[in-house]
Amino acid sequence: MIEAILSYEFLQNAFAAGLIIGVIAPLLGVFIVVRRLSLIADALSHVTLAGIAGSLYLSQSVASLALLNPLFLGIAASVAGSVLIERLRSLYKHYEELAIPIILSAGIGFGAIFISLAQGFSNDLFGYLFGSVSAVSREDLYIVAGIAIIVLAFIYFFFKELFVLSFDDEYARASGLPAKWIHFIFMIVTALVIAGSMRIVGILLVSSLMTIPVATAMRVTKSFKQTIVLSIIFGEISVITGLITAFYFNLAPGGTIVVTSIFLLLLVIAYKKIMVSLKKGAIA
Amino acid sequence: MVAPLIDIKDISFQYEQTKALDNISMKVEEGDFLAILGPNGSGKSTLLKIMLGLMKPSKGNIELFGVDAKNFKNREWIGYVSQKSNSFNSGFPATVKEVVAGGLAKKTGLFRRLPKSANEQVAEALESVGMQDFIDRSVSELSGGQQQRIFIARALVSKPKILILDEPTVGVDHQNVQAFYDMLASLNRDKNITLVLVTHDVDTVTDRITHVACLNQTIHFHGFKEQLHTMSDAQREAWYGHSVRKIHHIGGSHA
Repeated sequence: MIEAILSYEFLQNAFAAGLIIGVIAPLLGVFIVVRRLSLIADALSHVTLAGIAGSLYLSQSVASLALLNPLFLGIAASVAGSVLIERLRSLYKHYEELAIPIILSAGIGFGAIFISLAQGFSNDLFGYLFGSVSAVSREDLYIVAGIAIIVLAFIYFFFKELFVLSFDDEYARASGLPAKWIHFIFMIVTALVIAGSMRIVGILLVSSLMTIPVATAMRVTKSFKQTIVLSIIFGEISVITGLITAFYFNLAPGGTIVVTSIFLLLLVIAYKKIMVSLKKGAIA
Repeated sequence: MVAPLIDIKDISFQYEQTKALDNISMKVEEGDFLAILGPNGSGKSTLLKIMLGLMKPSKGNIELFGVDAKNFKNREWIGYVSQKSNSFNSGFPATVKEVVAGGLAKKTGLFRRLPKSANEQVAEALESVGMQDFIDRSVSELSGGQQQRIFIARALVSKPKILILDEPTVGVDHQNVQAFYDMLASLNRDKNITLVLVTHDVDTVTDRITHVACLNQTIHFHGFKEQLHTMSDAQREAWYGHSVRKIHHIGGSHA
């Protein structure tokens, strides 16, 4: 495997991008899960689909845009979607969750229109929906690396504010933290991670890489920092195992990565159950 | 003359169609232990939220430590303990230490990491609420009363001059409510922390407070609890409606 990675540039790109995403998706995912925003990640990934499909259509129909990397429009759509979700959440104060189905269906709706308008990119589309080992270009890798720098800087500089906001947003606002702004930047950073992860995991499965490793870690951790570290470890195990399996069996990496992470989750749940029953047995 | 810690000047607040607060004026002085009492829907929590800057009044203004609330920068001087059941995600994966250290976020400032002394400050705050042995425990494992003490420690860690508590004993079991208010009274007495709280525990809180504000959209009484008996029955009726008997014993013999 290592020999293959060393010989093929596309594999280097896929593995490097995968390793980066394995860190940033669960890292941001911890905040998404504890803030109960998991479904927003799903809505944003579908909006990204609209951006990607729009870009693929444009590159077919407008000659000067033929070489446009679809990731750029995907990122733009995802960021715009995150801003729109916030607008809708403040418009429907008593039904905040309504923003999610509205944006999600808008994403699929536009996506479906662009896909039917532009024929002949079904292979590309399959890659975007479920991830691809071979489709990650060097440019994609640089974009993912750039997104990772933004995410890591954001978490590093705003960690304590994000923690307080996630734990108790009313307290955060009452104590004078700029909660509104931090939340706004958080949503934009989330949109960036979703767009960046999509090349490897695919649009339909990107939110799972942000949530399943976190769900797994939360079964066994006590502290917030432990949860972050374990989520990243579970994320990386899923990405590495998933990519290797996808490469050898010619499968969509999104599927293999997510199935690995589900397998880890089941393993941890079983481990926890065994530990609890052993403890009970020892007490009895 | 020292400015009052909170000076509420002629405040009104309206929720769409309903008037919640009407021309409220009130001062909270250093060292007060003030309980804001009133029936459900009397505007108690709204008043607290306005004091904290979480809501803007439709009319009137507030001064905090002698400064107009809009320009007030030293938010760490005001500690806040919210109604636990409303705002806290009980399954949150965090230790007591992490939660209490969160109280230092504002004081530390944006773009800065918590100072090295944070550990000591957290330990000290936990000690003042009797929870020092729980520092490495997960908050989700604690009982309602213990969690509420942790939230007070989080409010205390930035060394506030005033602590504002919204129904702090919701979710605390009955036996622990007394001990909880004893702890608040000792913070007021021994650490000279001014306390403002909204509560339904009229019977339990009476012995510990120094001041009472009777609120029902407007202030029906505000002063030392011992003076509460100067309220006429008609005033009490206007304030608390038919369940007025419940609060008759506050302030001494008048019943």
